[in-house]
Amino acid sequence: MGQTVKRVNNRSLTSIALVGAVAVSLAGCGADATSSDSSTSASTEGAELSGNLAGAGASSQEKAMNGWIATYTGVAPDVTVSYESIGSGGGREQFLSGGVQFAGSDAALKDDELESAVERCYGGEAIELPLYISPIAVVYNLPGVDAANLNMSAELIAKIFNGDITMWNDPAIAAENEGVELPDIDIIPVNRSDESGTTENFTEYLSAASNGAWTHEASGDWPISGTQSGAQTSGLIDTVTGAEGAIGYADASRAGDLGTVALKVGDEYVPFSAEAAAKVVDASPRTEDSTDKRLVVELDRTTTESGAYPLVLISYSIACSQYEDEADAANVKAFLSYVASAEGQDVVAAADVAGSAPISDDLRAEAQAAIDSISTVG
Amino acid sequence: MAVLSPTRADKQLNEREPDVKRNKGGIAGRIFQYLSVGAGLTILLTLAAVAVFLVVRAWPALTASPEELQEISWFSGSSLLGYVGPLIFGTLLASILALLIAVPLSMGIALFISHYAPRSLAQALGYVIDLLAAIPSVVYGLWGALWLAPTLDPIFQWMTDFLGFIPLFAGYQPPAKNVLTASVVLAVMILPIITAVAREVFLQTPRLHEEAALALGATRWEMVRTAVIPFGRSGVISASMLGLGRALGETMAVLMILSPGALYSFFLLKPGQHQTIAANIASKFPEASGLSVSALIATGLALFVITLAVNMFARWIISRRSEFSGAN
Repeated sequence: MGQTVKRVNNRSLTSIALVGAVAVSLAGCGADATSSDSSTSASTEGAELSGNLAGAGASSQEKAMNGWIATYTGVAPDVTVSYESIGSGGGREQFLSGGVQFAGSDAALKDDELESAVERCYGGEAIELPLYISPIAVVYNLPGVDAANLNMSAELIAKIFNGDITMWNDPAIAAENEGVELPDIDIIPVNRSDESGTTENFTEYLSAASNGAWTHEASGDWPISGTQSGAQTSGLIDTVTGAEGAIGYADASRAGDLGTVALKVGDEYVPFSAEAAAKVVDASPRTEDSTDKRLVVELDRTTTESGAYPLVLISYSIACSQYEDEADAANVKAFLSYVASAEGQDVVAAADVAGSAPISDDLRAEAQAAIDSISTVG
Repeated sequence: MAVLSPTRADKQLNEREPDVKRNKGGIAGRIFQYLSVGAGLTILLTLAAVAVFLVVRAWPALTASPEELQEISWFSGSSLLGYVGPLIFGTLLASILALLIAVPLSMGIALFISHYAPRSLAQALGYVIDLLAAIPSVVYGLWGALWLAPTLDPIFQWMTDFLGFIPLFAGYQPPAKNVLTASVVLAVMILPIITAVAREVFLQTPRLHEEAALALGATRWEMVRTAVIPFGRSGVISASMLGLGRALGETMAVLMILSPGALYSFFLLKPGQHQTIAANIASKFPEASGLSVSALIATGLALFVITLAVNMFARWIISRRSEFSGAN
């Protein structure tokens, strides 16, 4: 008895589910018919947007994302944007598996990830935009040195962090800083103890620009053991602040009272600034496989462009060119438009938000064109 | 230690069961019995659940080949054991150093409170010690990193200048983010637990033992040495193990103070030599995914086993010593 009743119940349940599915797909078709004009108007008028928009990825972008999310409520109050900083790799993974609508990543998608992106984007392609540019400063704690910046070439920085140069009054440092009185104290190199995009970009810069003085490969983990280190940016800054003669590298916005190094670019020395950081991105070529939707920059660490600051971290916003759900497409489009806008870039450039460098107008125009191409399937 | 107590409680409950029935204690008695048996079982179930969770989640890392593990970006060493080894070493080194600092100090404080201080002072001091236990570990971490490290700096500098010929103290590099600073903070953190237990044990010394010692012409110090300390020995050991348990698992304070490294090194003043398991998990977990999560949980499993072993060892010592303690 019981079994037959159950079976009947099961059958009726499946039929209900079937009817429901048909209804949903019908509703989807109906919505599609009008989507062509409603989605464009939605992106201009944020008040019409609603729903949830989830992102995940690089922790380097976390502060900037928090800034964008907080101010975005003024643009589209009914949209709930969330960003989980689980690391670049985790973010790309979640994005490709469809867990989140967009990802933040310090690295561009790899070839096999691009392939799975086609499936994830319903036959479309991935959009990759360098919307977060953060200059990295080489900071030092030398209260006795009154020069605005110490001048250093990448080779000199590599030797200092290698341990080849151990004293601040080493002739090699003095040669690049004429007229600066350097103290007779030990150099204490400080690195990040946790895996970090800052470390990866710093070591990449050293290995590319130091004429072979840096023998390690670029990696997110510091390659040398037995060093002073600090967890997260704040831990590193605290460690550098804690000992005279210490030198480290961190988000430029967090340098505070510490001295910062002007990097040798060509024949001149360039201290970090937002404009100089944005400039190196414009001066750098795109990777060979980049398209007008995937603006992947191959940072030219050895650039000789006047006034460019090559020690920067780029973090990409990754999204789809096509979404199945109309609300998703409209939300991603509107949010990324806001992130790429002059207003959005300026919001996070404030030192107390993320201290990033706003992207140039040219890059913004390209990014906006890519964002405008986001559509729904069909 | 929690492992043994519920079983003993169960046994006692079972022995008392006939009484309850004979008394016809009624529903209230029955309910109370079930509640307390249930409460005892909860501990066992929780422990089993944690163990099962650790093994299941660590399994992919435990069975992974060394090549697969090498793909984890921060992985060092040739195998999982090679990776966990220095971490276990660092954990034990930091904790044992902390015990070496904390145990003599705690015993001194406890003896002062129980046998030397005037009653009013003893009570006030007892409150202050208990208050130390209430400070959250993240506060200890901040205190250690921002205040203690700069304060220890000239001392460590002196040690490495004048005692540097002893390898232990060679090669200090400021700021003081080394394993000794971490151990000092850990020692302060476990001080209240050890002191509180030791004080209670010392207060339990039979009055007759003390008076007998004094009657034989012992000074107060000799009385403490011959009557109080032998009586309290097993209590002090179990207190130390409680403290060791906390030191082994301490995360935030170590994370904020230590410049980590993964070496088998006895250079106590050099940075970047040691790391503890708990702090390592806390620093790596936020960005971990897939196999790296399993590898971290495997290190957590190692910590779990160590803590369990330490507690069982302490139990064993106490049970061996109990007949000499002079209790009853």
